[in-house]
Amino acid sequence: MLVRFEGALSPNCVGVDIGSTAAKAVVLGGDGSILYKAVVPTGWSSAGAAEALRENMEREGIDVSKARVVATGYGRVSVPYAAKTVTEISCHAQGALRLFGRDGTVVDIGGQDTKVISLSKGKVADFLMNDKCAAGTGRFLEVMANTLAVELPELFALAERGGGAAISSMCTVFAESEVIGLIGGGRAKEDIAFAVCESIVARVTALCGKQGGGREFFLTGGLCESEYLRGRLSESLRAPVFTDPLARWAGALGAAVLAGVFLS
Amino acid sequence: MHDVEALFEDMRGAIPAGPVKIKEAADSGKKVVGCYCAYTPFEVIRAAGAVPVSLCSTSDKPIAAGEEHLPRNLCPLIKSSYGFALTDTCPYFHFCDLVIGETTCDGKKKMYELLDRLRPTHVMQLPQTYFGADALNVWRAEIERLARRLEAELGVTITEDGLRREIKKRNEERRVMQDFYELSKPDPPLLSGRELHLVNEFFKVSFGDARAMDTIRELETKLRENWEAGERRVPAGRRRIVVTGCPTGKSLEKVFDAIEENGGVIVAFENCGGLKPNYEPADETLPPYEALAVKYLGIPCSCMSPNTKRLDLLETLAGEYKADGVVDIILQACHTYSVESFLVRERLTGGKRSVPYIPVETDYSQSDTEQLSTRMGAFMEMIA
Repeated sequence: MLVRFEGALSPNCVGVDIGSTAAKAVVLGGDGSILYKAVVPTGWSSAGAAEALRENMEREGIDVSKARVVATGYGRVSVPYAAKTVTEISCHAQGALRLFGRDGTVVDIGGQDTKVISLSKGKVADFLMNDKCAAGTGRFLEVMANTLAVELPELFALAERGGGAAISSMCTVFAESEVIGLIGGGRAKEDIAFAVCESIVARVTALCGKQGGGREFFLTGGLCESEYLRGRLSESLRAPVFTDPLARWAGALGAAVLAGVFLS
Repeated sequence: MHDVEALFEDMRGAIPAGPVKIKEAADSGKKVVGCYCAYTPFEVIRAAGAVPVSLCSTSDKPIAAGEEHLPRNLCPLIKSSYGFALTDTCPYFHFCDLVIGETTCDGKKKMYELLDRLRPTHVMQLPQTYFGADALNVWRAEIERLARRLEAELGVTITEDGLRREIKKRNEERRVMQDFYELSKPDPPLLSGRELHLVNEFFKVSFGDARAMDTIRELETKLRENWEAGERRVPAGRRRIVVTGCPTGKSLEKVFDAIEENGGVIVAFENCGGLKPNYEPADETLPPYEALAVKYLGIPCSCMSPNTKRLDLLETLAGEYKADGVVDIILQACHTYSVESFLVRERLTGGKRSVPYIPVETDYSQSDTEQLSTRMGAFMEMIA
C-alpha cells in the first residue's frame, strides 16, 4: 500500500517505524508538512521491510542518503540508513502530540504490544506496556480472526452485529481454545467476534486504569482505523477517544519530528 | 588500572570455580548446608561448623523439568530451584547434606514439601510481619529450632561463643559490602551496574573465606585510587538507576543490560543478593539468638505485611544514590512483589522528590530481550 501526497518533494526529515506487523515511513518537508508516507508489511525480515521502504522513497525522488532519518519500532536496529534510533514510546508520544496538539493519554494497540502513554506538558510523563504476553494486542485479534477465518475489518463488522458471548481468559492461547469452544457450541460468528473485541477492550481499559486513567485518549497504531473499536473503547473508558486518519503513522511521524529535533 | 581488570577477571573466574571449592570442602569432611533465601541465618550454620551455600535458582534450563511436578504458572525462581534439584544439575545441591527453606511464599513452602523427598529439607516458619514482639518471639524460636536440627543432623553442638564469633564475622562481611556500595554514590559512579552485580555474585561464592573479602576490599581501594587519578569507568551523564524487586541472578542480567545499553547506569541493587540483606548488621550487644532474630526478621521482603520498611529503604536509597529512576524487577507469578509495586510507585512518585518508577515483569527466558530494551530505552528517554 502506498499513499501519495501532493506537493513538491524537498526531503528533510524521515521517520521509519518497523513494527511487528507493518513497517511505516513518513517524510516531512522543511516546513514540517508531510510530503510522503508509505506502509509495507514487515514480513519475516525487518531489514527487508526497511529496504522496501527505502526503495519506495527513492522511487518518489527522495534522496534518503541526504535525509535525516530516525528509526523506531521493534525492528529499529535493522534500518541501516537511520542516523539514530528512538523507542516507539517517545515516537508515538511525539506523533500524537503532532496529530492532536495537546496533552492526553495515547493508546497504541500495536501488533506485538499495547502501549499506554501519559502526556503531560508535551512530554512522556509515564507509560505502560503489556508484559511478555500477547493479550490485548493486535496479535491477539489476528489469532482470533484467523480462528474465525475472517480478516480484521470483517471481524469488527461481525462484532458490531453480535453480543451476549464472552471470553474470560486473558491469555491468547487459552482464549483461542475458548473461541474454539464457542464455535463448537454453535454460537453465531457475530457473537464470538463480539466476545473477542470485548476481551481486547477490557484488557486495554484495565491497562489504562493501571496508568491512572485519563480525561481524553488518543488511539494510534494499526487498529485505530476501526471505528467500532474506537467507539467501544470510548464507552468502556467513559472518556472521549480520538483518532486521526494519520494515527496509524503516529510512530513514524513522531520519529520524523524527532529527526528534526535530534539531527539538526 | 590493569589491577582493577585483573581483579574483576579473578572474580569472574571464581564464580564457575565455586562448586570445586565446595567439593573440596565436602571431601575434607566439612558439612555443606544448602540455602535459597536471605532469611537463612548463615551464622547458625557456620557456628555448627558447616558451610552455607546458595543453591542454584536463577537459570531457565531446569524449568521444564521442574514443571513436571510443579504448575507452569508458578514463579520461575521456584520452578528453577526445584528443577535443578530434580535433575541434579546444581553442583551445590549435589554436595549439600541438608537444605534450609523458609515459608516466604505459598509456592515455596509447598515446593519444599516436595524437595524434602530429594534431600532432607528443614523449613523455617517465617512470620508474615516484622512488627510486634510475638513475631519476633516466633522467629527466635524458629532460629533455635534450626540450631537444634543442625546439631542433630550434623552431630555437633552450637555454642553461644560460636554464634557470637560468627555474628561478628558476618557483620564484618556485611561491612565490606556496605563500604563497597559507597563506590556507586559519586556521579558518575566508580563502576557499572554489571560490575557491581559481578561483585555481588562473587560475594555469594566467597563461602566465608576472609581472602575473598580482602579481594573485594582491594578492588574497592584500587577503584578509589584510579578515580582519584582521574579514571572514569562510567561516562558522565548516564541516568542513575536503583534496581529493586525479586532476587537477581544470571538470567536477569538481560534487564541490567537493557538499562545500561540504553543510557542508564545501575547505582544500587536493593534486591536480595544486593543491599537488602546486608544494609543492617546484627546487634553484637544482644544475646545471639535475639540478635539474629531481630536482624533477619527485619529484612524488608515483600512477603512481609505491611512492608513499609522497603518503601522507606527505597526512598532513602533513591536520595543517597541520587537516583534518576527506579526499576522494579518482578518475576512472573510473584504475587507479593507484583502487588507491592502499586505502593512502591505511589511512594516514589508521590514524594517530595518524585522519582520516576517502572515495574518490569519478566521470567528467566531470554525471549523478551528486545521488549526489555524498548521498555528500558523508553524509560531512559522519559527521564532524560
